[in-house]
Amino acid sequence: MDYFIELFCSGLTRGAIYALIALGYTMVYGIIGLINFAHGEIYMIGAFTAFIVATVLSIYGFPLAAIVVVTGISAAIWSSAYGYTVEKIAYKPLRNAPRLTPLISAIGMSILLQNYVLLAQTSDFLPFPELIPEFAFMEPVAHIIGSSDLVILVTTAISMLLLTLFIKFTRLGKAMRATAQDKTMALLVGINVDRVISATFIVGSLLAAIGGLLIASHIGQINFAIGFIAGIKAFTAAVLGGIGSIPGAVLGSLILGLTESFATGYVSSDYEDVFAFSLLVLILIFKPSGLLGRANIGKV
Amino acid sequence: MELTTRTRNLVTLAAVILVLLLPGAAVAGDTIRIGVAGAHSGDLASYGLPTVNAARLVVNEVNARGGINGKKIELLIEDDMCKPELATNTATKLVSQGVDVVIGHICSGATKAALPIYKEAGVILISPSATSPELTQSGQYPNFFRTIASDDRQAKPEVEYVLNVLAAKKVAVIHDKGDYGKGLAEIARKLIQDSGKGEVVLFEGVTPGAVDYSAIVQKIKQSQADAVIFGGYHPEASKIVSMMRKKRMNTAFVSDDGVKDNTFIKVAGKDAERVYVTGPRDNSQNPLAQAANAAHKKSYSADPGAFYESSYSAALALVNGIEKAGSTDMALLSKALQTEKVDTPVGTIHFDENGDAVGVGFAMYQVREGKFVEVK
Amino acid sequence: MTMISRQDVKRSLLVSLWFVFLSFPIMVIQVNPVERTVVWRWSNMLTVAVASFLLSLLVRVWLFRQEKRLVQVQLSPSPQPSIFHDLLKQQKFRYPLVIAGSVIVLAFPLLFSSYQANIMTTALMYIVLGLGLNIVVGLAGLLDLGYVAFYAVGAYSYALLNLHFDLGFWAALPVGGLLAALFGVLLGFPVLRLRGDYLAIVTLGFGEIIRLILENWSAFSKGPSGISNIPRPGFFGVEMSLDQAMTFMYYLMLGLLAATIFVVNRLQDSRLGRAWVALREDETACQAMGIDKAGTKLIAFALGAFWAGLIGVIFAAKTTFVNPASFTFMESAIILSIVVLGGMGSITGVIFGALILILLPEYLRPLSEYRMLAFGAILVAMMIFKPEGFITGSRRVYRFQAQKNSPILKDDE
Repeated sequence: MDYFIELFCSGLTRGAIYALIALGYTMVYGIIGLINFAHGEIYMIGAFTAFIVATVLSIYGFPLAAIVVVTGISAAIWSSAYGYTVEKIAYKPLRNAPRLTPLISAIGMSILLQNYVLLAQTSDFLPFPELIPEFAFMEPVAHIIGSSDLVILVTTAISMLLLTLFIKFTRLGKAMRATAQDKTMALLVGINVDRVISATFIVGSLLAAIGGLLIASHIGQINFAIGFIAGIKAFTAAVLGGIGSIPGAVLGSLILGLTESFATGYVSSDYEDVFAFSLLVLILIFKPSGLLGRANIGKV
Repeated sequence: MELTTRTRNLVTLAAVILVLLLPGAAVAGDTIRIGVAGAHSGDLASYGLPTVNAARLVVNEVNARGGINGKKIELLIEDDMCKPELATNTATKLVSQGVDVVIGHICSGATKAALPIYKEAGVILISPSATSPELTQSGQYPNFFRTIASDDRQAKPEVEYVLNVLAAKKVAVIHDKGDYGKGLAEIARKLIQDSGKGEVVLFEGVTPGAVDYSAIVQKIKQSQADAVIFGGYHPEASKIVSMMRKKRMNTAFVSDDGVKDNTFIKVAGKDAERVYVTGPRDNSQNPLAQAANAAHKKSYSADPGAFYESSYSAALALVNGIEKAGSTDMALLSKALQTEKVDTPVGTIHFDENGDAVGVGFAMYQVREGKFVEVK
Repeated sequence: MTMISRQDVKRSLLVSLWFVFLSFPIMVIQVNPVERTVVWRWSNMLTVAVASFLLSLLVRVWLFRQEKRLVQVQLSPSPQPSIFHDLLKQQKFRYPLVIAGSVIVLAFPLLFSSYQANIMTTALMYIVLGLGLNIVVGLAGLLDLGYVAFYAVGAYSYALLNLHFDLGFWAALPVGGLLAALFGVLLGFPVLRLRGDYLAIVTLGFGEIIRLILENWSAFSKGPSGISNIPRPGFFGVEMSLDQAMTFMYYLMLGLLAATIFVVNRLQDSRLGRAWVALREDETACQAMGIDKAGTKLIAFALGAFWAGLIGVIFAAKTTFVNPASFTFMESAIILSIVVLGGMGSITGVIFGALILILLPEYLRPLSEYRMLAFGAILVAMMIFKPEGFITGSRRVYRFQAQKNSPILKDDE
């Protein structure tokens, strides 16, 4: 039973991490119908900014609390700035282009950003400073769930809550929902669609930055190439839950994380991804628009 | 005056155009062309770029003292991203540019794809990092040499250490699904099974770059292994070790040359303590190794990365071989490589008839207080 | 200097300021976490400032001219198609161009070094891959992000058949193609109900599953260490040197390409091709017209996969080595980019797309470490400046010429 709980916890952590990245995908998709392949790189840049800021601050001898706060804020600021700029450069001119054009532009952006960090920084793996301390009260259960797992779960839960509140109750959130439902109609009722799209990219990138910060301090290292795999997985999770749906992205991420964890635990880690993708295919066969996605019924 | 300036401008322009039109078409024979091929971009770039630095440093030094037998060395640096199909492009490009010898490729797969092309052109390769046993032992590639030990030579001391010194009965063998890591892990598994002294309780691969390894660590714990043998590179090793220590597991962790990298200690920090790795015999006292590392720090203001010493050695061995053979001809040069001993950062080496380096001693290290310390 | 106003300069300055801010942590600061040192590279900041300022000005000038052209286009009634189209359409230019082109293509390996011939062979392979994917994506409108899976099936079928049964290249070629087509149908069945991006992710997953199986099932595929010493294609038992073998490969690919173009061209005009286009435009309407949706989709998948399988076999023979590292998602993305960049649904477009995307990274090699950076930037720039692709697949117009005394017309009147 212990083993099951351990696997469950590690699955949850994984799922929570995916969720933070998947939300960015799903929000962008919901609004402009674009698979933003560069989102994984935004997450990577968030982690890299966090690494640079945290290391500089710790070299200059700041206390841990100050480092955590400043690092978090700067990762969020720069990630959002990159998200915003990427949208402006690579997607905005293509608003009315054929559907696949922005997809290719996103792939190009992903290659560009990866190599930019590779050239400006290093190809090597870098040790990420320990921002999450080992809590004393976690010691009795440390063999099952670590302090960083706890922090990840709590932070993710809080972020989800704030995001839901933001989408549900703020003016901008409502504008986002309206734009997602019908862009033309939103324009007609006086919503500045361009601004809403920019805001979506900023919020999505912000969540990715939180993800980057948490994951990097959880696994203790970063490199310019970490965005790609995390991006693909998060994208899978977003589709699994029904792309465009925010609770769907969270649900999909948790299911994906748990599947991978149990597949590793009870079958073999060789095939954890095979299980994850097979599950995806299976779910989509029975629910062609994902778990919580809106079924798109064509009317003639 | 007006006219002469214009003429001069025209001549300059013509010269520039000529240079642009004839890239690398300098008259053959007055330089020795050393190719450096490997992953210089993409996710495996961190294993390929240190070799470029090493080659540049060695070549600068040799050129500064007048080149080899009066000929300067020219470097041709080409990226293959560790992909076989790109490696063949790289190889044909180097060959058609008239490359004399090559340092590389980095990954065994890319090397296997590129070798036939070099063989046909009579070009000798020294790889600092391709460890697949097939490369030397199959006898198909007479033009292949390497300054790193092959997988089987690495797996043997690991397994012996685990079974005899650590007296482990149950061993978990983990790898990174890559051609280096998995190859090594498979040999280790076979050696353990054949020895009859222990059993392999777990044999699994982890996905490199995954965000979290706690599930596989729980599984290692569940398997009640006494020791873990890991085949792969340091990023995954440090993630697994850190996760094991976080889960309060003290299982011995034994790994390979791909992990014996200072980055591993940097990244894993205190979790790296007590980890065992195999690697070339302790060379921290070797003045050449010290000089090589110091040169890197001076030129690039950073620590050298993966396979730096073995590529530095490969470059030195090549330079020495060409000097002694007086030519880059395949037969003459391979004879020189096999017979002439050369002092390098990994020891005084020469090569056997298969192309494996002789004299690169292998030793077991343990991380103690942030340093690799040789254990007997 | 009417082109650059003061406003433009001001705006470019702002852009430059923004990029300085944006790139500040990553370009300027370099930390060494172990020795605990920080290097501030202020010179990089200057570079970013100047470069982004100039680039922004350049884009502004381009936009200005574009606007001016737009006004002109609106004034003149006829739209201006691309220059290639123009050239190809005029009979006067058409034949000399085609002849000159084919002479260069035919004599290519004789004119240039074996490296050039080698990368050109690769480009030809990608043209065929692009044409194959074009059936699925461009014609039938099914977004496939796992196309590389079929390529892998082809490559491994030759490698494994050769390893275990000593099967030669020519025997393996059709087998690889057919096996890949079979996999195409296998993938097609479960995803018949899916649309758009759901289809995309399932195909991506399928591609990954195939790669992961090849990587992990060592007993079957030799895992990541791959299969080496795959023989190159023979030609009636003639002994060939490596150079000759490469030249032979080039002509082989050229022949296959010609065959592919012929078949794809015929397919486009066939009943099936029109059904695909109808499917792409509107699934529901297409079904209402009595087209067998499932069958049409499956055939699209199978045919697309068939070409990938053929090229897979050729790939294995050309590289003489296969391992799973060649079949990553990035490969699918590149093939898809070829189709989109060239212009969806157009054969000439795919040819251009493949030539650009495959030869570009090779010709960018002098940039050494900046190679892939430039490649990414160029990819983005090409999409922005040519969002429809280089050559848009011109929609075929079928004109119904009614006869004067046609009864229908009479009825209408």
